[in-house]
Amino acid sequence: MPTHAYVPHAPGYVDNDGPKIITKRFPLEDSYTLERSEATGGYAGLRAALDRTPAEVHTEVRDATLLGRGGAGFPAGIKWGFLPPGKFPYYLVVNGDESEPGTYKDRLLMERDPHQVIEGCLITCYALGLAQCFLYVRGEMALAQERIARALNDAYAAGYVGRNILGTDFSVDITLSWGAGAYIVGEETALIESLEGNRGMPRLKPPFFPAAIGLYGQPTIVNNIETMSNLPWLMTNGAEQYKTYGSETSPGTRLFAVSGHVRRPGVYEVEQGVTTFRELFYGDNFCQGIREGHELKMFIPGGGSAPWFFPEQLDFPLEARPVGAGGSMLGSGAIVVMDETTDAVKAALRLVRFYARESCGKCTPCREGTTWEERILQRIVDGEGRPSDIDLLLDVADNISPGPYPVAAHPDAGLDAIPFPPRQTTICPLGPSSVAPITSTIRRFRHEYEAKITRRNSIAVSAGSVEVAS
Amino acid sequence: MSRFSLDNESIAREIISRYPRPKSALIPLLHLAQEQDGWVTIDAMRHIAELTGTTPAEVMGTGSFYEMFKFHPVGRYVINICSNITCQLMGAESLLEHAEAKLGVKVGGTTADGLFTLEDVECIAACTEAPALQVNYRYRLRVTAEDFDQLVDDIRSGTARDIPEHGTLSLVRQSIPADRGAGIVPPEQAREVSVWMARNDAAEQN
Amino acid sequence: MTNTEAKTTLSVTIDGEVFEARPGELLIEACERAGTYIPRFCYHSRMKPVGMCRMCLVEVDTGRGPALQPACMLPCSDGMTVSTETPGTRKVQAGILEYLLINHPLDCPVCDKGGECPLQDQTVAYGPGESRFVEEKRHYEKPIPINDNVFLDRERCILCDRCTRFADTVAGDKLIHFMDRGNNTQVNTFPDEPFASYFSGNTVQICPVGALTARPYRFKARPWDLDETVSTAWTDSAGARVAVQSSRDKVIRLLGIDSDPVNWGWLSDKERFAFEALNSDDRLTAPLTRVGDHLVPTGWSTALERAVSLLSDADPDRVAVIGGARLTNESQYAWAKLAKGVIGTDNVDSQLADGLDPELVLGLPRATIDEACTPGGTIILCGPDPKEEIGSLYLRLRHAVVHDDARLIELTPTATGLSPVAAHSLHPRPGEVADLARALVEAANGGPAVSAAGVSAEEISSAAVAIDGSVTIIIGRASLAESADCVTDAALQLAALPGSRFLSALRRGNIHGALDSGLAPGLLPGRTTIEAGAARFADAWPSTPASRGLDTAGILAAAADGRIDVLVLLGSDPINDFAGRPLAAAALETVPNVIALDMLVNDSIAMAADVVLAASGATESAGTFTNLEGRISVCRQRVTPPGTARADWMIASEIARRLGFDLGFDSVESIRAEIAAVSVVHSGLDEKALAEALVDGLLIGGSGDIMVPGVVGVSPSAHDAYSLRLVASRSMYDDGVALRNSPSSRGLARSVTLRLNPTDFDKIGVDRGTVVRTESAVGRLLVPVEPDPGVPVGSAVLPWAAPGSPANTLIDPFSTVTDVRVERA
Ligand SMILES: Cc1cc2nc3c(=O)[nH]c(=O)nc-3n(C[C@H](O)[C@H](O)[C@H](O)COP(=O)(O)O)c2cc1C
Ligand code: SF4
Ligand code: FES
Repeated sequence: MPTHAYVPHAPGYVDNDGPKIITKRFPLEDSYTLERSEATGGYAGLRAALDRTPAEVHTEVRDATLLGRGGAGFPAGIKWGFLPPGKFPYYLVVNGDESEPGTYKDRLLMERDPHQVIEGCLITCYALGLAQCFLYVRGEMALAQERIARALNDAYAAGYVGRNILGTDFSVDITLSWGAGAYIVGEETALIESLEGNRGMPRLKPPFFPAAIGLYGQPTIVNNIETMSNLPWLMTNGAEQYKTYGSETSPGTRLFAVSGHVRRPGVYEVEQGVTTFRELFYGDNFCQGIREGHELKMFIPGGGSAPWFFPEQLDFPLEARPVGAGGSMLGSGAIVVMDETTDAVKAALRLVRFYARESCGKCTPCREGTTWEERILQRIVDGEGRPSDIDLLLDVADNISPGPYPVAAHPDAGLDAIPFPPRQTTICPLGPSSVAPITSTIRRFRHEYEAKITRRNSIAVSAGSVEVAS
Repeated sequence: MSRFSLDNESIAREIISRYPRPKSALIPLLHLAQEQDGWVTIDAMRHIAELTGTTPAEVMGTGSFYEMFKFHPVGRYVINICSNITCQLMGAESLLEHAEAKLGVKVGGTTADGLFTLEDVECIAACTEAPALQVNYRYRLRVTAEDFDQLVDDIRSGTARDIPEHGTLSLVRQSIPADRGAGIVPPEQAREVSVWMARNDAAEQN
Repeated sequence: MTNTEAKTTLSVTIDGEVFEARPGELLIEACERAGTYIPRFCYHSRMKPVGMCRMCLVEVDTGRGPALQPACMLPCSDGMTVSTETPGTRKVQAGILEYLLINHPLDCPVCDKGGECPLQDQTVAYGPGESRFVEEKRHYEKPIPINDNVFLDRERCILCDRCTRFADTVAGDKLIHFMDRGNNTQVNTFPDEPFASYFSGNTVQICPVGALTARPYRFKARPWDLDETVSTAWTDSAGARVAVQSSRDKVIRLLGIDSDPVNWGWLSDKERFAFEALNSDDRLTAPLTRVGDHLVPTGWSTALERAVSLLSDADPDRVAVIGGARLTNESQYAWAKLAKGVIGTDNVDSQLADGLDPELVLGLPRATIDEACTPGGTIILCGPDPKEEIGSLYLRLRHAVVHDDARLIELTPTATGLSPVAAHSLHPRPGEVADLARALVEAANGGPAVSAAGVSAEEISSAAVAIDGSVTIIIGRASLAESADCVTDAALQLAALPGSRFLSALRRGNIHGALDSGLAPGLLPGRTTIEAGAARFADAWPSTPASRGLDTAGILAAAADGRIDVLVLLGSDPINDFAGRPLAAAALETVPNVIALDMLVNDSIAMAADVVLAASGATESAGTFTNLEGRISVCRQRVTPPGTARADWMIASEIARRLGFDLGFDSVESIRAEIAAVSVVHSGLDEKALAEALVDGLLIGGSGDIMVPGVVGVSPSAHDAYSLRLVASRSMYDDGVALRNSPSSRGLARSVTLRLNPTDFDKIGVDRGTVVRTESAVGRLLVPVEPDPGVPVGSAVLPWAAPGSPANTLIDPFSTVTDVRVERA
């Protein structure tokens, strides 16, 4: 029975009503052990898959329209179909680098149910004839590494992983690999570089996506931890059943981490497309409203890289398409809620600083532009801004991401939404992501910028009296 | 300064064996070096280059890209306070100030006794539990000023037993039993289609 | 247009004009061919694009609406529309330049690159007006040396990845690398491990800003003060094309020219910096004559009188000429005519027992570098380490193996610079490479694999399986401690591989020109023999030799025996260069008269020369050069020779005139006309063809009258268990006189160590680095010893001509192999 409450050993997770496709074991304290997993249906999905042909398994996943949960939301079954025939070996790389600001779900999945992740990897490898799987866990996540290492050791010993899995002709190795602190390594081509032992600098795509030329130049499927975690349930229960949850274009559930100024921040397994932001923020089952005595000012709907939403967008469903058309993205399921006490310029600066720190340095506009943006914002926040700085900021941003940047509608001002995604002068979307907080806040809260800039002038004017006052 | 100990060298070789190409093991081996010495020494990088058939410049080129690797000694306990967006909203700034005052060092500094290094870091995937921090990559969540003081005192008094010294990540290492491995080989030695894919053709013929 | 034509071009619209691009061609290249230059920094046509700088972004429409795309990464596709000058593109380009400049020190007035800097030029063409960046720039320690010759100023660096990509993908010396991340990214070396690459100068040449500078050029000149001409690098036989730049009549810089069939713009540092020897304070500016123990300056007429009197007094059979590879083709021809036609001696040899039988080199079917590098082909290396001896060839071979799927099979006595990328490295015992070659060919032709020369049957059989596609065999002398006959026999075995062709790796400068000019016993110019070709010279030459003369070993043995009266050192130094120092020393001590032509006084000259005629250097006189493929390229004069030094062909003419014969030459063109007239293989060598082939040169094919020699049938004596078999191989930097006079290269010669397999090393029972006594039948050296797993058991490897420990001390040029005993000193 759901407790409708936090689960102490799964920090942040709220045991809730509703379908549980990937969090069903979270409430169990020893959910990460092989014994508990087996006792609660663990590896049943693998067995179900092995009873079918690889092609049938692939078809099932395609039919389920399982959308990738790493951010871009590309259907897994279709991505899998991009592997060019005959260019063996193929590799599977599972992305557990979770570092997008606000994002907190893959870590829980790895810490709480590593066998579910492993089972998902095995199903994928079976379906596609993959030669080896690499589970890439973010460097800072020591506990997740530990849980996966133990789970892999146990699964190897129990015959779930390795040679002749469960006595069949299916054999695959899973290698646990781990990073060392670099957000950009979450980007799939940078992840592949990192796995090859290189600096995690993204490769240009097109022309070649990892499914064509990936790890060691071989065709490679990159999927997110949460994407993998859906597969055991999907194999056991089938695509038809899966599609009874969520909406038609976004079936199933997703984990949303809602953080910030809400009464009950937490990680919720939510049906996609059905629930709205309003329900999520205000519903009793969920966040139970903005914190006492305050009201919503703005929120980030899909991780630090997403353009911001405002109260007008509360009734958008949690579904990729409408959110994209509305000027942002659902991204990594990371929702950051900010109330009216939040200083929009400071909040924007903090995110811009993140991109400046995390730029891999490969593209000129991102390497130089994000740092420059940070410096302009910093001086505005420090009261050193100049009146021309707002336009300068927008122009520096425009040279990273030219043209109109995606943004939410502003009905009061009579402004329409500009749909996602942005244009870019860079190789990967990291540089352009730094623009999201800038354009989102300048369009909506230009007065806050101006106030900081004029304050500087007023300080300058009254400089003589400052000493007296102190 | 330190190359790998004999034990660690054999762990290093085992790690290398789990990748189709030795260079892929660079990051795990740099972690192993940091686990051994608390930071990554010049000699360790040379040793890694030897073990992986790379040059020391490549090892350092890769290593220096990643924030977790320290190329100079740091405290035995590295405290990473997240200051990214949600933690900032939930009070990370004052927590950082408090931490600076408590430890008597600025962000980036190491206490005189070499026990603590304080860092201001990016999002550590604990946003619903903001403000959050890690000590040697072990989490502390919804941290108040009092919690922080307690943490520091516990470490000083040796009672924070769940936290190993800096450099140690997972306490469990993966190991693939010799009789269970499917066989990890360089890609050019794995050009054959996986055997079980024949099931597709068999099914088609039926 | 037919269907087949449709497949060979793609139609791309560039700023409204339709252009036919080649399939696979990158947009940036197609635009350039169409006359539209797209600005760029990171793109370099000889390296894989990385798309980092983003300067080449243009608007491209492939049917889905215009989008910004990097032209350097985008292959052309049919129907593509490109706009390079829209306001959007212009804004992006200005934006990128502004970004690149915000952290740039803008120190153009004091920067070596000022005036030839792409960043400076493109800022003028595409840049923003003023910088809007008001903050403090990035700071780094100003220039740091990354090796003995190259400095790095990280503040000027724009992180284009050209130098680092070159080090990694072209040279294979991954010693410079990006370090740190994001805005702190910088290029650097590992602490205390310099960029010790033989090719480091290329990074200076391709750096698009002034971040990398080379010591020999730093602060020497500004681009607008430079005069430039086309020439060919002279320090090895690759024939790398170079631009020679001078200021105030002094050569101050060499840059690689991108010649498609030859060096692709790359140079080894030896090729690049060797010009310094020409500027040496020790250059001969006037002739010298011997007075007692001293060589003293004298006038040309005195010197020439002296030389001519020596020559005219001597019986032609007792005159000998050693050397000639330093000379241009024209000077070589003039000297061949003087020696063989006027003086009448056939004791002429341009090799110093470090080469191969000329008839083998000229007679075997020859491959070009391009043919050797055929994608997917097989390269068999039965010769020296190209990385040490012929740098430009090494880079081409490495590229073929690493990037074009060629397979390299090494039959070398020890590991080489290519071993890391070789498919198979087979190391035969010294002297037994022919046995290995026979076994390999038998296995490749379907026979059973048997072990040979200490190499196992399995290794031979798996190497044999790899032989496929076009087969090129690179032949040369991997070790000067085994006789050339070993290579001859191996080459003749390998010739049985179907379709195989040969590329010579004789390394000495213009050695192939020398062989083509007949500077070898028994040969006449134009790949012919004194027997077969004599008739063709009846008009142009007073006579031709009637019988074969001696090669260098024969000449020196005869000299030591008192049977030579006049020895001409035509730019040679037998003491240091001849494979057999004791014999060279004995010869020079015994021979009564020595005439030398040179630019610097070398050890042999100092010891024995009676007259020294001051010769001009490669950039000081005009001529042509023949590379190892047989490709003839021009070397133009850039500066005047120092003092009264003059071209070798002029000296030959002058001597001939004083001997009573007019060679008939008044210019290099007149010599070339005679060469084209008398030589069958050079008939296409006319001035117009040469001028048209200014960059790539003219390939001279065919074997002329030369027949491949027969198998010698070497069989090295068995060696006793107490001896090791010596391998003496050359390295890029040695103790040669030219390098001693090049400040940039002088310090780079490796200190000598004798390297043994760890098993043999352990038997001596000394510590690494201990000085041991190494003794052969003819000599003895004291050298430090160290273990090296790349050396096969039973061999001992010693670098040639290392400072203070000349390996040729140990070598008897007449024995097949050299056995040494290595003992505690
Ligand atoms: C800058 C950047 C960071 C990313 N970080 C992550 C990440 O931490 N985890 C993740 O799964 N995907 C991340 N992605 C998305 C991946 O590139 C990739 O699309 C994803 O792993 C594919 O998995 P999916 O198809 O299962 O969603 C990131 C993308 C970008 C551009
Ligand atoms: S946009 Fe930034 S992070 Fe992405 S590849 Fe370019 S420099 Fe690296
Ligand atoms: S030249 Fe194309 S990105 Fe640099």
